[in-house]
Amino acid sequence: MEPADDILECDDEALELPADPMRLNMGPSHPAMHGTIRLVLDLDGETVMNVDVQPGYLHRGFEKSCERGTWGQVFPYTDRLNYVSPMLNNVGFALAAEKLLGIEVPERCQYYRVILGELARITDHFTCNGAAAMELGAFTPFLWLLKVRDWIWDILEKETGARMTHSFGRIGGMAAPPTDGFKDDVRAILPEVEKVVMESERLLLGNRIFLDRMQGVGVLEKERALALGVTGPVLRSTGVAYDVRKDHPYMVYDRFDFEVPVGQDGDNWDRFMVRMEEIRQSLRIIRQALEQMPDDGPIVVDDPRIVLPPKREVYTTIEATIAHFKLVMEGLRCPKGAVYSFTEGGNGELGFYLVSDGSGTPYRVRVRPPCWYNLQAARDMLLGDMVADIVPTFGSVNMIGGECDR
Amino acid sequence: MSAKVVARLESQFGDRILAKSAFRGDEEVTIAPKDWVEVATFLRDDPACAMDHFGDLTAVDWPLREREGQPRFDLVLYVRSTEKRHRIRVKTKVRDGEQPKTLTTVWAGANWAEREIWDMFGIRFDGHKDMRRILLYEEFEGHPLRKDYPIDRAQPLVEYRDVENVTKLPPFGIEEGQPFTRIDWEERLAGHAEPVSPSIAVQTGVRRTLSDSEIAEAAAARVAQEPAADEPSENAS
Repeated sequence: MEPADDILECDDEALELPADPMRLNMGPSHPAMHGTIRLVLDLDGETVMNVDVQPGYLHRGFEKSCERGTWGQVFPYTDRLNYVSPMLNNVGFALAAEKLLGIEVPERCQYYRVILGELARITDHFTCNGAAAMELGAFTPFLWLLKVRDWIWDILEKETGARMTHSFGRIGGMAAPPTDGFKDDVRAILPEVEKVVMESERLLLGNRIFLDRMQGVGVLEKERALALGVTGPVLRSTGVAYDVRKDHPYMVYDRFDFEVPVGQDGDNWDRFMVRMEEIRQSLRIIRQALEQMPDDGPIVVDDPRIVLPPKREVYTTIEATIAHFKLVMEGLRCPKGAVYSFTEGGNGELGFYLVSDGSGTPYRVRVRPPCWYNLQAARDMLLGDMVADIVPTFGSVNMIGGECDR
Repeated sequence: MSAKVVARLESQFGDRILAKSAFRGDEEVTIAPKDWVEVATFLRDDPACAMDHFGDLTAVDWPLREREGQPRFDLVLYVRSTEKRHRIRVKTKVRDGEQPKTLTTVWAGANWAEREIWDMFGIRFDGHKDMRRILLYEEFEGHPLRKDYPIDRAQPLVEYRDVENVTKLPPFGIEEGQPFTRIDWEERLAGHAEPVSPSIAVQTGVRRTLSDSEIAEAAAARVAQEPAADEPSENAS
């Protein structure tokens, strides 16, 4: 019996495999996905012919909830936007509210915010790149990066009292001044960060599997990225050197000497490398900020209508008691109007559009989540690639559910 | 930075720029909904504006404006230029039920933004090819970012379980202590000048509970009827 002959004798139609596209649901709960998200894929073989990205599984009404309390009560919600770098969200919202009020925080606070924010950016990029490596089978860099991320969180914990959801920003300053050993702690961590970045790169950049999975996969065109509203490392990987810290410097970023790394192909590899390089640039910024940051001086603005008085005074003086009571019960009053303030978050332009009706409650808080628009571009990146490419591509977009779905 | 763009728009559109402002340095122009796409296309294609980078598109609900005959919603658009490094905010006012033209033909990024506005505010966009809800589920009733949508209203897709002898209250149960919101939009829209705190409303008997959920009310009634069984007797020694 020769089976090969049997096949040859069959008519051609019986041999053809079904050619209809196959519909595959990926998510909402998939082990290789960051966050809860559903992809509805139309597959031709293993090629992605069409994809419908369906976010929203982590929607919890951030914007509606902000309209419920005082301006100051928004901070805990912002922590839970991009929960990998909550400090950047805290500072972003604080800057927006300060713009609405028309005030500027003391210089020492600005440096403090910059240093804490850049540390948060490093942890953000560590998480993204470490997870990207892990999903491609390289577990070691993930563990190494997360080990150092934990050391950074130790610093943040010492400063703020919490590892992740700090709620440390305040309108008009920060909740507490830097601890005594703050500068030394940060100085001690910087070489460790540098070392682990170098070690991880040594493991990954010569790895054939890693290169093949990253290079030329998930390509995003420059013009398309701009029209889609993509920002952050994803946009910079396509070759557009748009960094809010450089293009529209806020706080003291115009005083630092740093570069904006850009890619050229807009593929996974460029996104990975842009993030790695940005960690180094963040280290540069932190080093300069540590040099320039004054050791003494106020950390909050001197205005009892905006900032809570010190606890000791609340208990001993009537003025502070009244100020405390009014701030807690009525909330600070922002003037009537609307502002849009934007900062460079971990994933791109993090904007807050605040509308105030002059009362102590926000009328509308719109957050422009960078992830939202980056994720919208994920469809362009995935089309035409293989199913297996979804995981690294999706990882390099770094979609954070808390921020994307709000 | 973008004062030049405002001047350019004024020279191009003249009276059709209804208002302009620069509160805290944010340049903003207001236009009519009929000019929405035309102005957007001009901003993108004009070499002096060159707004190629889509920023954000969102809406703001002003229900009290309806009484004065004004349109209810603000549509707010942000765009920037990579080449000129300037940005501008464009605003238009749309009535409830009005369908402004879609901006997806100008910037592809407006796609999800407009779907979100439909989801959250109930503004449909004329010409948008994929007007589905995006953050919420299709069965959801109402549009939550409208001011008249109660913040504590729950719409579970799956019914809360109703099991006997479970001491847990369902989620979104009665609020104890701090009221859930500082402004009661139902009261405000009903014409009361002063916003009534829900907790005060409960105390004065205007509202029965702080939650709109019938389940929560039923649970509250049940808790009120049942005597506290677990408390140790005072006589026990």
